[in-house]
Amino acid sequence: MTMIFGVPLVVLTGQVMIGLINGSFYALLSLGLAVIFGLLRVVNFAHGAFYMLGAFAAWMLGQYLGLGYWPSLLLAPVLVGLVGALVERTMLRRLYDLDHLYGLLFTFGLALLLEGAFQHFYGASGKPFAAPAEMRGVIRTDFVTVPIYRGWVVVASLLICFGTWALIEKTKIGSYLRAATEDATLVQAFGVNVPLLLTLTYAFGCALAGVAGVLAAPIFQVSPTMGSNMIIIIFAVVVVGGMGSILGAIATGYLLGVVEGLTKVFYPEAANIVIFVIMAIVLLLRPAGLFGKEN
Amino acid sequence: MIEAEEFETVAETTRPHRRQQFVVVALIALLMLLPLWIYPVLLMKLMCFALFASAFNLLLGYGGLLSFGHAAFFGGSAYVTAHALKVWEVNPEFAILAGVAAALVLGLIMGLLAVRRQGIYFAMVTLALAQMFYFFCLQAPFTHGEDGIQGFSRGRLFGVIDLSDSNVLYYVIAIVFVASIFAIWRIVHSPYGMVLQAIRENEQRAISLGYSVQRYKLGAFVMSAGFAGLAGGLKAILFQFATLTDVNWHMSGEVILMTLLGGIGSIAGPIVGAGLVVTLQNYFATTGFPVTTALGATFIVCVLLFRRGIVGEFRHRFATRKKS
Repeated sequence: MTMIFGVPLVVLTGQVMIGLINGSFYALLSLGLAVIFGLLRVVNFAHGAFYMLGAFAAWMLGQYLGLGYWPSLLLAPVLVGLVGALVERTMLRRLYDLDHLYGLLFTFGLALLLEGAFQHFYGASGKPFAAPAEMRGVIRTDFVTVPIYRGWVVVASLLICFGTWALIEKTKIGSYLRAATEDATLVQAFGVNVPLLLTLTYAFGCALAGVAGVLAAPIFQVSPTMGSNMIIIIFAVVVVGGMGSILGAIATGYLLGVVEGLTKVFYPEAANIVIFVIMAIVLLLRPAGLFGKEN
Repeated sequence: MIEAEEFETVAETTRPHRRQQFVVVALIALLMLLPLWIYPVLLMKLMCFALFASAFNLLLGYGGLLSFGHAAFFGGSAYVTAHALKVWEVNPEFAILAGVAAALVLGLIMGLLAVRRQGIYFAMVTLALAQMFYFFCLQAPFTHGEDGIQGFSRGRLFGVIDLSDSNVLYYVIAIVFVASIFAIWRIVHSPYGMVLQAIRENEQRAISLGYSVQRYKLGAFVMSAGFAGLAGGLKAILFQFATLTDVNWHMSGEVILMTLLGGIGSIAGPIVGAGLVVTLQNYFATTGFPVTTALGATFIVCVLLFRRGIVGEFRHRFATRKKS
């Protein structure tokens, strides 16, 4: 058996694989957070709750309507996006002119409300969610073993991340969004419906969290607290990467996922906190974050 | 920074008016008599949380810094106090001092990192660092993981006063509480507090006036952590246990809600807010309604409808009526 640093290669690649899967979720979620923050200047604390909502929506679609994984993967994010749009239209909108901290506090309240409600109605324990039948196998090669579903998660999240990047950088609506991020008043003067753009952006960010939730459901089970555990890590990821760039958010997400996976091999006790330690080091050396600009 | 309009603008006078002095004395007298009518343990719990919220408000209300990690100081100190009582078997006053010292050190470390960023980043950094401390508490052997530290006696204060009697403990906590609130009031109205509020209002100008802004912020952070630690230590002695609940991020959220609900940037606000939140929690615990959802809804209503908080709204109405 091949060994690297006294660790069997299969174990090492296995953990890198797990790191990539976690990194996929970190990337998807911090991407959504960055898109929302870029335009709305709101740090969406409810992002974890929308991630949980996505997983629950998929579970409910299966439970009550008998829909399979694939239709849910499309439908659940749309539902989460609609909830996001509703929240933005009715409440979040009133806070744009105030200090950004109020947006953070509002979405924190929203996260508590959603988490508490789901815990009340569905209990604290996780609900099993089966991976689609065609993805239940495992791919085995000499140096790595990958369950097919997990491989799919990595591929899907890469596709969605770069799709989002292309949407923002290469399309007309993306150029509106980038322009509005620079100067919303001016863009509005050119006749772009900025309030609608804000709603769509928030809904889109929430839908990204929803997709991550559906992808995560077969891996982590569906539980009300899955979001709050995630959001704090995502905040650390965002502080490390800086919220300035889309690609930066994606890259930092995968990078930290892999680092976390490797820590599990070499020093398991620190696996929970390694991301926070990295955050502390980055704060000391580069307070604005790896890809951030200090403003 | 949170808008100036929603704060009491820089504390108007350094010395309280005669009427204010009278109100304060009357309130303290009432505090001493309250256990005649209300269950003392509930009152002591209220005082612990009111002190915790006041400590938090020292940082947010006067320093303009929103920390999402104050549970680390509160819960960390509770653990150290409990550990000192149970394992080291010291007198309660030393146990609390140890707890406060731990909170101060923790505050210094977290503060050094956190004051490097501002605004929302400050909030996220404190949250992440506190979560790191949570994981530490989850794994460290002396905290006993999910069980927490329990099964120790309150001990004798100065080796003489037996605290196992809740009526005695009530007066000890009441004295510490009043003294701490007074200390916070003094800090806010000291030259240091004035500079802190100046930084909150206009950081650039404070820098150009030659104040080393980061050091002032760090000072506020560490002091706030110390008072939060004092509150946590008192709570550990009161309930004779310290658990993971006190270091969890939910606790950091609760103290924000207390301060926000009562009114940011006033001495009375956090005390009123803590009273309301604790009462609310006790009430919803008896009904079937999930407490977390109730807290979340209160948060939303507060942020959307009355950002000044109860005390702030009251004061605002009073001030506008006076003007017209």
